[in-house]
Amino acid sequence: MSWIDQAKKGIKAITAEKKEIPDNLWSKCPACADVLYHRELARNLWVCGNCNHHLRLTTEQYRDLLCDPGTWRETHTGIISMDPLGFKDSKSYEERIKATLKKTGREDAIVVGGAEIDGLPVQLGIMDFEFMGGSMGSVVGEKIARMLLDALRERQAAIIVSRSGGARMQESLLSLMQMAKTSAVLSRLREEGVPFVSILTNPTTGGVTASYASLGDVNIAEPKALIGFAGPRVIQQTINSELPEGFQSSEFLLEHGMIDMIVPRKELRPRLAAVLHWFVDGRDVSVPRAGLG
Amino acid sequence: MNPKTTPWLEFEKPIVELEERIRTLEDSASLRGLDVTDEVQRLRERVMSLGREIFDSLDDWQRVQLARHPRRPTTQDYLRLIFDSFNELHGDRAFRDDPSLITGLAFLGRRPVMVIGHQKGRDTKSNIHRNFGMAHPEGYRKAMRVMELAARNRRPIVTFIDTPGAYPGLGAEERGQGEAIARNLRDMAALPVPVLVFVTGEGGSGGALAIGVGNRVYMLENSIYSVISPEGCAAILWRDRAKAADAARAMKITARDALRLGVIDAVLPEPTGGAHRDHIATAAVLKSRIIADLDELASVGAEDLRRQRLDKFLAMGIFQEG
Ligand SMILES: [Zn+2]
Repeated sequence: MSWIDQAKKGIKAITAEKKEIPDNLWSKCPACADVLYHRELARNLWVCGNCNHHLRLTTEQYRDLLCDPGTWRETHTGIISMDPLGFKDSKSYEERIKATLKKTGREDAIVVGGAEIDGLPVQLGIMDFEFMGGSMGSVVGEKIARMLLDALRERQAAIIVSRSGGARMQESLLSLMQMAKTSAVLSRLREEGVPFVSILTNPTTGGVTASYASLGDVNIAEPKALIGFAGPRVIQQTINSELPEGFQSSEFLLEHGMIDMIVPRKELRPRLAAVLHWFVDGRDVSVPRAGLG
Repeated sequence: MNPKTTPWLEFEKPIVELEERIRTLEDSASLRGLDVTDEVQRLRERVMSLGREIFDSLDDWQRVQLARHPRRPTTQDYLRLIFDSFNELHGDRAFRDDPSLITGLAFLGRRPVMVIGHQKGRDTKSNIHRNFGMAHPEGYRKAMRVMELAARNRRPIVTFIDTPGAYPGLGAEERGQGEAIARNLRDMAALPVPVLVFVTGEGGSGGALAIGVGNRVYMLENSIYSVISPEGCAAILWRDRAKAADAARAMKITARDALRLGVIDAVLPEPTGGAHRDHIATAAVLKSRIIADLDELASVGAEDLRRQRLDKFLAMGIFQEG
């Protein structure tokens, strides 16, 4: 059995596991250090009740948050990273992939599939930060390209939930080219009038910001997400001074005209549905404005 | 460029010194009326063999240094040496003109083309003016503006890539560096005219690719192309910028690697010793390639050009399936 097959067996084993949340499980809010009980967090969509910090969701949690129950079917599975450069820093890339496949139970830093949102058929991609920092290599690029081509062929709206440190260094030039590859397909959706909604969550940086994540017909960000091209540390070193408060936050991007709206997680599904309906069937399903606060 | 002060790289110094000796010998011989033909001939042969010795076995880090060589020809040099005329076009029509990326109307013989290229400086002063070839969003937006102008007027586009990367600064982020690059990647893919791309020096990350979505993509022999600078990669993965040479080797950034990975169409040869040793010969190689490609693509229809470009980039990536 090749290591790929072994890794795939491992993936099945992990995803099959049922995850129950025990009563006494808690963690500290990374923003305000408040004690948060997981039961309560789950009810609150993993948003801190004290400071409104949006904790990171798993891929399945985003899927369940956005899709109509029972409508999701994952597509383009079985695509796995190789090590085309024979890349090695402290560890070889091949070993890193193997370990990450085993640890995360995922094939790579994105899943794509078809689903319905408020009854509208869509193509959806959800990135996963746990898989090598959500970095984009050949597999992420290929899955996105195929999902977008499905959207184009079926004339279904496409949606990508981004969270990524950017292009994957271990595939160097090939990772860079995924930016062009994914953006090139988006040029066709745009010409054909197939809507694309980009949802930017914490953090979205580098090559992902410099490709599909910035190219939504509508760009939606979660509150206080870090979104930018260059990493804050790189910028700090370049300009050799402190960065202003709130630099590269969702709120900063909204102010500078790079995103259309900031939507708290609780409102994400109804707002996304309202946007999609505007494009697809022209039906107004918006919550009355007073209700949105 | 001041030939006296522009530095040479450590590994090319033996050749440069030998050439200097030949010049001195010839000068003093002609002054005194002596015949030094044999001696000069012997030294010339030595230069040749030394050149082969050094340049046939360059390691990846030496290529990085050659790609960044302060004497290496820049876009302005190619404009002068390849094209018959050039009228620069300035500005993105929204914020300002970015001098680190130049664009304009050029003629190659009777062929009107749009030329776009990163521009580095030659010395500290010009490098500050050119921001070391690192463009802001307005640079990429200017590039896209003139590419669309070329498209509307059915003129082919030629780009020269030579940048350490897109500029990572406050203003660049405020004005949407990510969006500017992303939009170029998307809209270049849809251009209905031939797009020829030449990586002539440093192909630094998204800032390079932002003018790099072509029907044909070439790299000069000693140019480099990578997702992040070797220093940046070393800082992240090795936690030490000084490990840049290791990172350069690991990332496979040479033209030959890019060809092997299916990212470029061909490696274009440089004169022995590198492009900076003979700007004219280097430009001649680029010029003949541009002319050949423009002639070949002139008969290809707009839809086929777009289709070919999309398919080319869709095919990029290496993975396992099944
Ligand atoms: Zn909190």
